Amino acid sequence: MSLWVDKYRPRTLDDLHYHEELSSRLRSLAASGDFPHILFYGPSGAGKKTRIMCTLRELYGPGVEKLRIDQRVFVTPSNRKLDVNVVQSNYHIELTPSDVGMYDRVVIQDILKEIAQTQQVDLNAKQRFKVVIINEADALTRDAQAALRRTMEKYMNNMRLILCANSTSKIIAPIRSRCLLVRVAAPTDDEMSKVLHHVAKKERFALPSPACQSILASSSGNLRKALLVFEAMKMQKPDLSGGDIEVAKPDWETYCTKVADSILQEQSAQRLLDVRGKIYELLSHCIPPTVVMKTIAERLVDKVDDTLKPQIIHWAAYYELRMRMGSKKIFHIEAFIAKVMTVYKQFHLMGFIEDYE
Amino acid sequence: MSTFAPRPAAGMNAIDPRLQPWVEKYRPKTIDDVSSQEHTVAVLRKALLSTNLPHMLFYGPPGTGKTSTILALARQLFGPDLFRSRVLELNASDERGISVVREKIKTFARETPRHSTTVSSDGKTYPSPPYKLIILDEADSMTQDAQSALRRIMETYSRITRFCLVCNYVTRIIEPLASRCSKFRFRPLAQGSTQARIEMIAHAEGVNAEDGVLPLILELAGGDLRKAITYLQTAQRLHSATEPPTPISSISIHEISGVVPDDVITQLLNVMGVDRESGIDLSLSTGFEGVRTAVKRVGREGWSAGQVLEQIHDALIPLPTIPAVQKSIAAMAIAECDKGLCEGGDEELQLLECCLRVKEAMERQ
Repeated sequence: MSLWVDKYRPRTLDDLHYHEELSSRLRSLAASGDFPHILFYGPSGAGKKTRIMCTLRELYGPGVEKLRIDQRVFVTPSNRKLDVNVVQSNYHIELTPSDVGMYDRVVIQDILKEIAQTQQVDLNAKQRFKVVIINEADALTRDAQAALRRTMEKYMNNMRLILCANSTSKIIAPIRSRCLLVRVAAPTDDEMSKVLHHVAKKERFALPSPACQSILASSSGNLRKALLVFEAMKMQKPDLSGGDIEVAKPDWETYCTKVADSILQEQSAQRLLDVRGKIYELLSHCIPPTVVMKTIAERLVDKVDDTLKPQIIHWAAYYELRMRMGSKKIFHIEAFIAKVMTVYKQFHLMGFIEDYE
Repeated sequence: MSTFAPRPAAGMNAIDPRLQPWVEKYRPKTIDDVSSQEHTVAVLRKALLSTNLPHMLFYGPPGTGKTSTILALARQLFGPDLFRSRVLELNASDERGISVVREKIKTFARETPRHSTTVSSDGKTYPSPPYKLIILDEADSMTQDAQSALRRIMETYSRITRFCLVCNYVTRIIEPLASRCSKFRFRPLAQGSTQARIEMIAHAEGVNAEDGVLPLILELAGGDLRKAITYLQTAQRLHSATEPPTPISSISIHEISGVVPDDVITQLLNVMGVDRESGIDLSLSTGFEGVRTAVKRVGREGWSAGQVLEQIHDALIPLPTIPAVQKSIAAMAIAECDKGLCEGGDEELQLLECCLRVKEAMERQ
């Protein structure tokens, strides 16, 4: 039995519930035979991947849904072996080169050249080109992106690229100027509730509006999250009635809130040590450090005095950046917490805040 | 020779001209076709006449015709027959580590070119000078080691091989290499010549555009001809695919180029206490929560923080009524945020921080 997210994922462009204009645009592009390279960008859970798969189906028909997973081995110039998981059908190939970190350039060079230099053999195929989907394109290194540049122009007749990213800021300008930029905005609350009601109808029950409201509030535009929460809620309380519907928050989120609260309760070296233990626990459960820091900062900002809010955001941004550049994440989260404690204590004992820097 | 894939010659691997990117289709065929860059073209024309070529280093912002110029020059020098055997083009998509420099480039550089007939298959006569040309495109992404390995090769085989390095940032080319080349700077294209080129392409392709679309494209491209041509082609694709085909509108150009609509920017400026016309107006600002909601909206709608920042800068800095001190603080905040984004900081946090600092600056008396 699959999750609702997968079960009710739209398969064709006609099934999509929102961004109708975008769907019709994609449909006409797929039909025109002159398909450009595309860069899809937007927040997570907005439906980028769903749209990509729908477009592919529009291009090639149901054959694209016959997927197989391969493990490919690439060899770097320094003779290191890299294993990369590749999902492919007869018509397209999907990979996440950023999985191999700084060696992503090798993967890009090898796989694109291979695809680009072979022609489509299936005579029944609707299109002459193959499609390469690159996930997390904004996590590609500069080198890997530079390697894409000429390839994109040179091998246009055998291959099209579809890049999928959260933001275009980290994509270098030459790539951006070679792609059709497609923005997939997160659905509005109305659109989300439409989707939720659609799923409820398919599952043959009615979704009461307070429950719907609380799902929307907790998922803030992330449709995947909303559907997962929805299903979890249904499992817990099959009738979904009553005003006291509690959205089950993920454990780590509650844990982060607890951390934030304990920072505000007491500011001492001992407390910092306690918090450190908790942060370690979060990190060892594979919660991304950026998410931890952001969640803590959000909670802190909700609780403190107005004058302190910009300070907390400033230090969160400052240490988050350092965390990306450094290698050991815990140092920077700790530094952030220590800084917040200082600022908070100073403000409460002496009633002033120091300038930045 | 899998990595040395020559440009598809006509007839061989011919692309349906309808599907070809216009950037490739309308690449200048001779150096006289190159838009603006009069100085460079004049020097190269001399070189073409005397068939003597120095080592060259082309640098300048993207889309100014660096690659086009050298390819056109090579084609004029050698003609279609010799092009494959005399020209080696390597770019960042090819492996260019130190081993490739030592093996492939060196092997190619030391072969003595074969003597050739002067009349080419297409009936024209080409100078076909007795040397080969190695084009290293996007040379600024070569490693330092690979660049140093080139030094001696360039000198030893200078009798039979010329190098042309093409890059965006001349500072990333190590000094010893740069001093061995004659440098050509490519300036961002002037409005006039880009306009002529775009109009020519639009005419040749039968583009149907509303009034003011072509100037808008040029404005958004900012001197980058490739960007302008790509915008035009993408827009044409979108609009000719609809039933019935519609003329290109300025809205779709905005959408294609990823420019953030004005109302999003206006809202951000307002919550920071800035009015687009009259300057500082603190009554518009709605405190910390206002900024936070506005920034969250930007993230939710999927706009890229870098682009938003650029547009805030363009709207805020020219306002005459904001005092210099406030303006400098705001500029500093924007600059730091941009640095943060470049280094991979979290978009939402960085943008939020920047907006809060600008807001604080505006509240200063």
